[in-house]
Formats: sequence, C-alpha cells, structure tokens
Amino acid sequence: MCCNCKKSDLSLLDGTLAKYAGVPGSLITILQKAQEIYGYLPTDVLYHIADKIGSTPAKVLGVATFYTQFRFKPVGKYLILLCQGTACHVNGSERIADAVYETIGIRDGETTDDGLFTLTHVACLGCCSLSPVMMINGDTYGSLTPAKVKEILTALRENG
Amino acid sequence: MTRIVVGQGSCGIAAGAGKVYAALEAALGKERDGVSLGITGCIGMCFLEPIVDIYKDGDLHRLVKVSEKDAEVIAEAVRSGDMSKLCSLEISKEDAEFLSKQTRIALRNCGITDPTDINSYVERGGYGAIKKVLSEMTPEDVIETVKVSGLAGRGGAGFPTWFKWNAARKAKGEKKYLICNADEGDPGAFMDRAVLESDPHNLLEGMLIGAYAIGADEAVIYVRAEYPLAIVRLEEAIRQAESAGYVGDNILGSSFSCRFRIKAGAGAFVCGEETALIESLEGNRGMPRLKPPFPAEAGYWLKPSNINNVETYANVAWIINNGGEAFAAMGTPTSKGTKVFALTGKIKRGGLVEIPMGKTLRDVIFDIGGGIKNDAEFKAVQMGGPSGGCIPAELLDTVIDYKELSATGAIMGSGGMVVMDSSTCMVGMAKFFLDFTAKESCGKCVHCRIGTKRMQEILIRIVEGKGKEGDIELLEELCRAIKDGALCGLGQTAPNPVLTTIRYFRNEYEAHIKDKKCPAHECAELLTFSIDKEKCRGCTLCASKCPVSAISGEKKSAHVIDAEKCIKCGQCRTLCRFGAVKVD
Repeated sequence: MCCNCKKSDLSLLDGTLAKYAGVPGSLITILQKAQEIYGYLPTDVLYHIADKIGSTPAKVLGVATFYTQFRFKPVGKYLILLCQGTACHVNGSERIADAVYETIGIRDGETTDDGLFTLTHVACLGCCSLSPVMMINGDTYGSLTPAKVKEILTALRENG
Repeated sequence: MTRIVVGQGSCGIAAGAGKVYAALEAALGKERDGVSLGITGCIGMCFLEPIVDIYKDGDLHRLVKVSEKDAEVIAEAVRSGDMSKLCSLEISKEDAEFLSKQTRIALRNCGITDPTDINSYVERGGYGAIKKVLSEMTPEDVIETVKVSGLAGRGGAGFPTWFKWNAARKAKGEKKYLICNADEGDPGAFMDRAVLESDPHNLLEGMLIGAYAIGADEAVIYVRAEYPLAIVRLEEAIRQAESAGYVGDNILGSSFSCRFRIKAGAGAFVCGEETALIESLEGNRGMPRLKPPFPAEAGYWLKPSNINNVETYANVAWIINNGGEAFAAMGTPTSKGTKVFALTGKIKRGGLVEIPMGKTLRDVIFDIGGGIKNDAEFKAVQMGGPSGGCIPAELLDTVIDYKELSATGAIMGSGGMVVMDSSTCMVGMAKFFLDFTAKESCGKCVHCRIGTKRMQEILIRIVEGKGKEGDIELLEELCRAIKDGALCGLGQTAPNPVLTTIRYFRNEYEAHIKDKKCPAHECAELLTFSIDKEKCRGCTLCASKCPVSAISGEKKSAHVIDAEKCIKCGQCRTLCRFGAVKVD
C-alpha cells in the first residue's frame, strides 16, 4: 500500500468492480468509472483496482498514464477543456489560452489555488466551425474572443 | 400538420440550440393544434447554427441563427400560418447553395431524421437494407456488391472495404468480431461525430450488414471520450434497435445474431490505428502491434476481426439498397462514391460537405464554402490532419481522388479541410502538427518517439528566430528516417505536414532562418511593433492598455513603443482606431 496519500473510500467502487473485475479487457472502463466517482484517480484507488482485477499496480498505472483522459490530482469545480484542434489554432486558440491565464492565472494542467478552476488542453473537441472553442463542465462555448473568455470565467468565479 | 425541428448536434447545442428548443416549447404552450416540436441532428451548416426547420404543407422553411428571443415570433407565425413574418430569419439563397450543391449518401439522414427515434429512421427506408440482405443475399453476395461499389476505407488509408471483409470472412475461426473505429482523432475532422450524433441507426445498419458478411456475432463501437453526446445517442439507438428486433439474437427471424457494445476511448490519437485500437479495447496501453498478422486473421482477442471507420459503414446500407453500380457511377476511375469533408478555418461557410469524388478543391472551398473569410487571400488548405499536408493555391484545381491528393504530398485522410489565409504562418503550422504528433507518439518506435521530438525542437527554434543554416535539410533527413523507421501510420505520416510546407513554402522557412522574419506576421518573436507618427493622434488608449507599459507619449502627440519592454502581444494594434500601429 502506498504511503503519503489520503485514504479514499474504496467501497464506492464496489459496484463497478463487481460488474467489471471479472470481464477481460475492462481496465479502461473501470478507470473511467473510478474517475467519475472520485473526480481523479487517487493512488490508493489504483492499487485497489490492481488488487481486485488480479493485475499489478505497474500495469494499472501504465495504462492510466497512457491516456490523456485520466488525472492523478484533484480537479477544480470547473474543468476547462481548451481545444487545441487545427481550426482552433488557425483561429487563435493561443490568444484564448493567454486570456485564461490573464483572468485566472493558470496554464495547461494547473488548478487555481482556490480549487475553483482546472485548465486542460485537449485535442479537437469537434466543434471546428465554432472555433476557437472551450468546454466547461460539459458545456461548449464557441467563437471565443479574449474578452468573451474573461467575461465567462469572471461570471463563473463570482458564482463560486 | 406543421412540424418544427431544432438541429441538436454538438455544434448546434454549443451555439444555443438547447435554449432555443426550450424557448419554443414555452412559446408554443400546451395547446398545440396540429403543430409538433422535435429535434434532429447536425444539418452540417455549422456557420448558421442554431437552425430551426419548419415543415409546413410540404414546404421547408429553414430559419438560421435563431435565438431564444425569436421563439415568440416563430410560435405566432406557425399559429397564424403566416410564414412571411419569418422571412428575416429564413436562410439566404446563397447560403442554401451550401447544401443544394452537395450529394449526400453517408449524411443522407443527418439533419432530417430524429436521431433519438428509430421510427424516424425506419420511415425513410431505414433497416430495409438489412431485411434485403437477410432474405435475399448470401454473405458472398454482400461482399461482391461492396466490391462492385468500389467503397474504400474513409478513415484515411483508403483500403478497399470488400477486401478486408473478404479476408475476415475467409479467416478460420468460429468467433469473429466486427469493430467500428469511431475514435475520430484528427484535429479538424468531425464528420464521424455528425453521423454518430445525427444518424446512429445508419451506422448500426451498416455494421449489421458487415457483421453478416464476415460472419461476426459481436460488434463493438470504439468511440472517443470527447464525444459524450455521441455515446448517449448510440446507447439509445442500440436499445431501440434491440427492442425492434434489428439487433440481438435471430435478427428478423433469421439465424443471424449480432450483439452490440460501446467502448469509450480515453484520449489517445494513436488509437485510431487499428491494432492500437484493439490493444485499447483489450484494456491495454494503445500501442500498435506488428503486422502481419493482420486483424482479419488475429485481431481482437486474437480472433479474426474487421475494423472500419464510421463513414465507411454509413455508406453500406445505401449501397445495398441502390446497388454497387449506382455508387461506382459517382467519382473517378480510382475513387468511387462520395466523401464527406469538414470544412473549417478561415472559410466563410464552414461545416460538413459531402460531394462525389472527382470534384476539385476549388469547388469545395470557393463554390460550396463561399471562399475566404473577409475576402482575404487564399493561401493553403490543410488536408488529412497530422498525417496530411498543406496544399497551396496553385494546386486548387487538384481533383479529389485518393491518388491525386497523395501526389500533392497531402492525403485524403478522414476528410478534415482546414483553410488558411495569408495570416497563417506555414512554419508555425508545421510546428503545430509536430507538437501534436510528438505528444501523441506512443513511444514504441524510437524514430517516431525521438525523431518527432527533435523535429519539434528544430521547428521551435525556427519560429523563435534562432534557426540555423542547414535546419531545413536536417528536417528533411529526419522526415525520411521517421518514415522508414516507424511501425504504424502515425509515425510514417507524421513528417507529411513538414515535408509539404517545405515543398510549397520553402521561402517562408528561409525568411525565418536567414532574415529572421515571419512573412505571415504570426511568429511573435520575429515581430517588431512600432507606431506611425503620421497616423498617431496621441489618444493614449494604447499606452493605458499596454500590459507592460511599453508605450509612452504625451496626449495629442505621437506615441513610441519601447522595443525592449514590448512583449509583442499585439493589443495596441487591435485597439488603435487609426491604424497607426505597424508590425514588421
């Protein structure tokens, strides 16, 4: 068992493990469900999964770190996915990233100190005609300008 | 009966279609004599979203860029029957040409049927092809029809579909799998998402026919995690198809059984490669396998498996219904049927364009897409995403055909078409794609893992003005090494964006390296901002807004930018109302 990490409530994962632990090839599905439950993948949860599916922590961590979807640190209340697709690039996604930095002071992969926002750069979100685009907690915001970004993020911050 | 339909693909919802729907629901009230309100998927005219279609007395009134505020007016017009009230919202003649100039097969139901209702698909002849296949055709007949049609893989490689089906059919083994690659990872491509969200039953029917042809009883759809709406719609479609008897055991009373499963990807571009996708399906790191054996012999769980892309399957039911010859009648001698393109970037009318092969790039960009935004000058079109290349203006009359496009150094790919004008730096574009492939390289092959990283470093130093004599040649050498040394398509094609930009825009590379200039004025490190003394009115706006206080000057006299302090953010240039800020 790992040391310096907080203890997660492993029982939350019982249902998922009961359903998938015995099904070959389900590791990614289990990791996705775990992330839905905990918001990220805590180390003790990864050890627990390895134990229950009869695999090694190395294998589980190897798979989890391969895919960009999985996170190993808690995320903010608002998860900002900033699209890095070609169309967004051509239409100025870099300026959008700068505007996010100017407004809330975080870059790709970082979380604000108040725990409100996390910024993740993602590959194409597929809303290319509305580029540049970002997605916050599942809602898509298109045709962004630096001013619009500031307005959206400021409103969310005021909401708390 | 008047039918009001709101386009609810991801693009439409992002543009506010959900709110428009709610506003219409409220405006129409509970008493709705002869008026129905429903949804449809993506119409493909993303530049006009949200779109509301009204079907009345056999006519279609297409309202565009609708906002919640228009709901009352729409409800009133529908109630009174006086549609002239809506003329300000109706689509213009020019914009309507975006659709009327297309030939839609893969997208034939997109934006017409309700993707959440199987009956809507069946009313348009849906599941007729699988009925025909099960009652009249042997698996060999199906493969022969697909062979006659000339259908080739729409995911990028353009491999003949019948050949893969035939190999999987002939492979020894009781258990076989049919897999759909819906891991649409190319940045700038969203045609598969449109089919998944807007016409999921068409995909299921195409897959059923494929499963019957190869002898599979299990079908898996591998969908990107970034497409949550697609997953929801597919799940619903599978449930409805199961209860209607099109999916499951003994389909339509025959001996053919096929169950469906959805597997959500977890964000890895390389999983678009078929053997990497199989590894991922098995719960592993998505790293490509050595071929042979090909998936047709030993694929998912080492059983014979067939993998096709969404758009490929979306053509199959049409081919069965209309015959292989009808499909083959469209296109060029080497590329048959239609292809869907996602037209984006600096284009006036962006969205999904399905046209027969054999049209030219100019047809798509200027005739259908309406040309370049703000009537700027066309510079290049990027095709095929990170595996493709940039095609310059002088090749605009290139015919859309697998062979012709490959000859330019780009590829047909999955159909992303990102249009660029003179403000896009081509070296910056190459760097953008190398950033992507260097990040997405799975790391299995040394040439791909380290080679893309070294190329990325060279490109970074070029755009930062630190390029050296011989960098272009070094890039070319690395390109050749990566092409030769990589196992899968990701590595083999990763150099294409660099090779094509060097081939067609070598002067831009040279300008960056020798003159330390960016001709497109995009690479910040190579720009110098200055104020034209003649034009500056001394309004002080730029000085007050400069984030690093690099601008100084007295009120009503010309201002000056301190080049040492300037961070080249360009804010002053955007703000200046007199066009006095020059960039060089």
